Amino acid sequence: MVPLSYYLILSGVLFACGVVGFLIKRNIITIFISIELMLNGVNLSFVAFAAQWHALSGQVFVFFVMVVAAAEAAVGLAIIIALYRTRDTLNVDRVNLLKL
Amino acid sequence: MLHLTLFLIFGAICVAGAVNLLVQRHPINSALSLVVVMGSLAGEYLLLGAEFVAAIQVIIYAGAIMVLFVFVIMLLNAGEEERAGGSRVALLLGVPGMTIGSLLMAWVLLERSGTQSVMMGALPGPPKIIGWLLFHDFLLPFEVTSVLVLIAIMGAVVLASHPEPSQPRKKVD
Repeated sequence: MVPLSYYLILSGVLFACGVVGFLIKRNIITIFISIELMLNGVNLSFVAFAAQWHALSGQVFVFFVMVVAAAEAAVGLAIIIALYRTRDTLNVDRVNLLKL
Repeated sequence: MLHLTLFLIFGAICVAGAVNLLVQRHPINSALSLVVVMGSLAGEYLLLGAEFVAAIQVIIYAGAIMVLFVFVIMLLNAGEEERAGGSRVALLLGVPGMTIGSLLMAWVLLERSGTQSVMMGALPGPPKIIGWLLFHDFLLPFEVTSVLVLIAIMGAVVLASHPEPSQPRKKVD
């Protein structure tokens, strides 16, 4: 027996790590990885609450989150490739103009 | 007791991976730490009984999505991250603020959330029932996500394709 709050705290810790990475990292790929970490934290709380209320909808929603994460990764990485092609850098501090 | 032990082991690996993700400066190390986080999260899902979610987590997340990340990192030959000077105000206000906020959050979750304990394998989610739910109760969201994935694929192809060398266009008039 494990209190459900432990799972929620673990989920919160993962989400907080994702937020910190999103804020302090300068490499755009690492920022994307931090977003994935946040999504994983949310997924854990979905599954934990599904176990709490005996509702399988929570587990089904995890799949929707995964699909959104996959779509976001595909489009985001394509944007990164396009960005690198024009700027030759991955540092977000150097990408400060909308138009070259 | 076994449940708590396994939870703590997987949780420790998970948090260690997440912290390592923040500490490392090379993107490939961060990506591989995320694989560790995802693998141990699959263990946590298994402890809660969500077997299908755990399998999909390993196959899709740790398999497909992370391969995409690693592929792009190697394609772009990403080097070490440059250090940037952080602001002192953010350090002075952010660290105590985050500590207070997380302690408050942990107290609320532990004492006031009204959640119970869960057994090991509390809610089994076999593929049969998950599939039934997906194609009955969640049919509309399921179809909408298929449209989303289609749009994402087209967007990725358009964005990542080589821009054609600009040729002088013929004047229409």
